Amino acid sequence: MPDDKKTLMELYRKMVTVRQFETMAGEYFAAGKIPGFIHLSIGQEASSVGVCSCLQPDDYVITTHRGHGHMIAKGADLKRMTAELFGKQTGYCKGKGGSMHIADFSIGILGANGVVAAGLPIISGAGLSIKLRKTDQVAVCFFGDGGANRGPVHEAMNMASIWKLPIIFVVENNQWASTTPVSYSCSVKDLYRRAAGYNMPGQKVDGNDIMAVRKATTQAVARARAGEGPTFIENKTYRIKGHFEGDPQKYRTPEEVKKWQEQKDPIERFSRLLFKKKYLSRKLADQIQAEVAAELKAAVAFAQDSPLPEPEEALTDVYVES
Amino acid sequence: MSERILSSSAALAEALQEEMRRDETIFILGEDLVSHAGIFGQFKGIPEQFPERIIDTPISETCIAGCGVGAALTGMRPFVDFHFSDFITCGMDEICNQAAKVRYMSGGQVKLPLVVWCPDGGGLRAAAQHSQSLEAWFVHMPGLKVVMPSEPRDVKGLIKAAIRDDNPVMFFQHKKLFAKEGPVPEDDYIIALGQAAVKRQGSDVSLLCYGSGYYLCLEAVEVLKQKQIDAEVVDLRTLKPLDMDTVAASIRKTHRAVTVHEACVTGGFGAELAARIQDELFDELDAPVKRVGAKNVPIPFSPTLEDFVLPSVDDVVEAVRSVTYR
Repeated sequence: MPDDKKTLMELYRKMVTVRQFETMAGEYFAAGKIPGFIHLSIGQEASSVGVCSCLQPDDYVITTHRGHGHMIAKGADLKRMTAELFGKQTGYCKGKGGSMHIADFSIGILGANGVVAAGLPIISGAGLSIKLRKTDQVAVCFFGDGGANRGPVHEAMNMASIWKLPIIFVVENNQWASTTPVSYSCSVKDLYRRAAGYNMPGQKVDGNDIMAVRKATTQAVARARAGEGPTFIENKTYRIKGHFEGDPQKYRTPEEVKKWQEQKDPIERFSRLLFKKKYLSRKLADQIQAEVAAELKAAVAFAQDSPLPEPEEALTDVYVES
Repeated sequence: MSERILSSSAALAEALQEEMRRDETIFILGEDLVSHAGIFGQFKGIPEQFPERIIDTPISETCIAGCGVGAALTGMRPFVDFHFSDFITCGMDEICNQAAKVRYMSGGQVKLPLVVWCPDGGGLRAAAQHSQSLEAWFVHMPGLKVVMPSEPRDVKGLIKAAIRDDNPVMFFQHKKLFAKEGPVPEDDYIIALGQAAVKRQGSDVSLLCYGSGYYLCLEAVEVLKQKQIDAEVVDLRTLKPLDMDTVAASIRKTHRAVTVHEACVTGGFGAELAARIQDELFDELDAPVKRVGAKNVPIPFSPTLEDFVLPSVDDVVEAVRSVTYR
């Protein structure tokens, strides 16, 4: 993928968009405007934006319950996303899905998922479909360190490997599976090492460094498009917010969170590179922040002004009527 | 339509070949398919004709079901063979949380043309993990369709309808019925999902059945004739959507109903039928609805045990006698 100024500045804007979207969602959730519960990806923007920046519009992505960032990175519409969070008729899923089920099949997003690691068997099917249709698409499945311990991961990785499916498995190891630390729940310190068991390349990546994420993903995508099979990428990152908004987080110390925020924030790190390259100035950064804020303000207004679904709407979309 | 005598296996293979010729997005996925053309010979001829479109998988039921979902979401029409319906427990998340719901959860953005094909049923001395009839689980799940044919003719017409349907369809075929023969039209015909068939006219009682239960009813009809009881046999063929109109028309004629299936009685599809009949046709009934099914235990191994547990012709006859008071 090119690393020219235009591309990198677009990535920066995307990362800022994800951060501001998640911040907005947290605020409106706290204010009682967003029903249910939401899982935010603040601190993981380099992974979502970095991986998706290596994909074509017709490539597939499956994301997780913590999927807002992946959606935005793949090109989802902010207004329809926001409206879905608010449970409105104009949302991506007409209010039937909410945060955990946002999808946009028109841009290859096969959906977020409320079941941890459920995306892996589905991505295998997308990969098989690509192979059968003989296109040069690739399919990316995001999952977390929590999901990494589920059985379907084993079946999906083995199947993808024996059939050389064009899949990139991206585990975002954010150190915490809900309340359980990866140091307790995983048999290995580095999850990417499990790839060896599937005869698949595995790569450990600094998941808070977008350039490192892009480098690893570019290689994996090239390998997939060349028909050489799947790759397992482990993006080491950190979940800055709780598992869900409102999580009391008794399982970790504020110091731990602060350390990651202050030392490894992916947007700050990328900014430093852009400053160094003189692509970005403080003034330009402020301008981009303001432009994104305006975009999100419009998205929130759209969501707030949109109607709630009529109750009877609940009875539609169960089946395709012939 | 000219007809030949075919087994259910042959009817299925013929339907699949015709559909695969018609639509190149159809492919078959599952365990042990290619070398024996399916463990029941149900895919005879397909490995030779469509070598790239019948795919052996590792023993990975979760991922087989998930592959069906992912392929159906991306332009294919997968036909997923589950080997034994009992193994469906290993694919429940993919079927119930994913396939059944993805259209709904996404606000109708997608269709999911997936057939999950499940050989089921007992009588083969295969014990509790290879003999079950689990159709009711899936009837309970909004978003799925459930089909359970009996005769070879129905197998061909219903499998074509299931493949052409844009929704996920659970298709159950009883293992003991694969070799059962019957007339099958040579033509390309569809039996619409949700269409029951009155296969024997009668005036005294409606036998509401499907799958292997249909053949129990046919035998029971002969015994009942000797007792001057004239039973009507309604083969439901599809459980979801249910053809309640045909059921109702039959009960308006006979005023008595017995439901017959091989699944155990408690929570079985007969319970749903009985509930709907009392709700919608209470004034038509001259007797309570009686349910026939397996006893409420796991399917045992030893022949004396299994035969005792599975429903019998005598069970159907007894149930009919109790509702006709004869």
